[in-house]
Amino acid sequence: MLKYIFKRIMGAIPLLIIISIICFGLIQLAPYDAVDAMTTPNMSEKTIELIKARYGLDQPAYMQYFYWIKGILSGEWGYSIVTHESISHNLSTRIPNTILLVVPAYILALILSIILGLFSGAKKGKLVDKIIDGYSSFGIAIPSFWLAMILVFIFGYSLNLFPILGMHTIGSEGSFPDLLSHIVLPCTVLTLSFLPELVRYVRSSTIGQLSEDYVMVQQAYGAGATSILFRHVLRNVLLPIITIVGMSLPMLVTGAVVTETVFGWPGIGTYFVTAIRGFDYPIVMAIMLLSSSLVIIGNLVSDILYSIVDPRIKGMGE
Amino acid sequence: MAVKENRKIHKFKTELKRNKTAAFALGFLVLIILVSVFAFLSPYPPNKVDVMNVLQQPNSKHLFGTDELGRDYFTRAIYGGRISLTVGILAMLISTSIGVLVGTVSGYFGGRIDSILMRFVDVISSIPWMILVTVVSIYLTPGLKAIILVIGLFTWMSTARLVRAETLSIKEREYVLYAKSSGQSIRKVIWKHIIPAVLPTFIVASTVSIANAIIMESTLSFLGLGIQQPLSSWGSMLQNAQGSLGNAPYMAILPGLLIVFTVYSFNKMGDVLRAVVEPKTSGK
Repeated sequence: MLKYIFKRIMGAIPLLIIISIICFGLIQLAPYDAVDAMTTPNMSEKTIELIKARYGLDQPAYMQYFYWIKGILSGEWGYSIVTHESISHNLSTRIPNTILLVVPAYILALILSIILGLFSGAKKGKLVDKIIDGYSSFGIAIPSFWLAMILVFIFGYSLNLFPILGMHTIGSEGSFPDLLSHIVLPCTVLTLSFLPELVRYVRSSTIGQLSEDYVMVQQAYGAGATSILFRHVLRNVLLPIITIVGMSLPMLVTGAVVTETVFGWPGIGTYFVTAIRGFDYPIVMAIMLLSSSLVIIGNLVSDILYSIVDPRIKGMGE
Repeated sequence: MAVKENRKIHKFKTELKRNKTAAFALGFLVLIILVSVFAFLSPYPPNKVDVMNVLQQPNSKHLFGTDELGRDYFTRAIYGGRISLTVGILAMLISTSIGVLVGTVSGYFGGRIDSILMRFVDVISSIPWMILVTVVSIYLTPGLKAIILVIGLFTWMSTARLVRAETLSIKEREYVLYAKSSGQSIRKVIWKHIIPAVLPTFIVASTVSIANAIIMESTLSFLGLGIQQPLSSWGSMLQNAQGSLGNAPYMAILPGLLIVFTVYSFNKMGDVLRAVVEPKTSGK
């Protein structure tokens, strides 16, 4: 087991290195000089030279790459070229906001999808299944920004039930009920956009499990459909979901780019979109590096988790 | 071969008869493509500003109403659909061609070429698509060409993986082994024997790929990173509609519904074709 885990970790490291080289390469390609982020127009040539030397910017590109990696690893992610603010500081204030939005939405979507998917799979071909399956194939076709606009129109403009912008009402930053009312709409949009694919997954996994031999054995022993579904099928359906949860790790950063933009939520999504629009290359690359690393780590974690719950999988990687 | 093709077409027809939503999806796609092709028949030019009739609700003269510059929204939606479909189809062509090429080469040659190509696929797939596509787009001048290229060049990875798996099994079949041993060139074997055999997979992948490309285009255009003025797509119409959501909700609802139905229909066609191509899974 340990050998397998070690092997998987070793496999992920070159991937991380290549991704970091790509990000670094893209920064180098960008039409700006990294030193611009740290200087102001009225600095003398000499000061600029000094700053360059201090950050290793007078060195050849491959040396700069090592300086850059060293910085990343020690939490020094560079500066925005537009606002001159520290990127690591900005990230550390914005990531919690995104997590606050994504995690509840994802958990809600997961619970709902298990219930709906299990029902739908168990009643395959019946009316309930047709409704649930129809919903999920329609849901996949709905762009999240449009869903957000429709909800904003109904609950924001027409019914005036919830605020539609930002995270707090100005003046009541510390108030929890205020935060809660701001969270409702974006969280609903996210839940509904995570839901369809999860439902589909649980449904097809349930259908697959119901045709397994153990179900027939249980039926032969006279077990009721409900008991088979909740005692045996549910367990086997839940296991593979662990892998999906592992793979959604990067969502903590990039799961809500579009939704955050519509609702002006001060998370990583709005930060990223603003940086893209302002050609703020260091921020864009920092987010690219962060999110790709999370994808790689997420895949790694889900593989390892899966090999722990289902040891049969180990042999298949050989 | 000809008989087999006919059987598949026949199966496709029975599938459509059996499955009402699939028939609806096909009908909708045919309609939307015809309307896009004959867009010029509309009595209103898409960019004609009419300040006397600004932000009109849908009525008998303007089926979808008018926008904030008094332009006929129905005409704009048709022209927007033209752009969205063009992006979807061209991006699909680029992405599936690369996917089929990489997949067959990787699967057929195996060994070092395979591991290099598949590592490459791993690397690109580990960057979330939203991030990848937007990052690449800031290096290009935004516009129709850029968005087609960006979506086409960075969404072929799943097709490549599918086609590779398929190629691995096809290359061991007798007729391919015979063609190889009878001295046919590698290019000919791939072109004549492997590619036709992966064609069904390719067709299924391409319908889904159009659907995904339309969603991607609309998302990017909505964020202001895709189609630029004076052109407009359904996505950029929605971006525009965001400003007058309070007093003209129809401007947001209509293009959105068009996106939903188009994407749904392409996905549905993918399901139907998959059932025709892979009889094993059709029982699902």
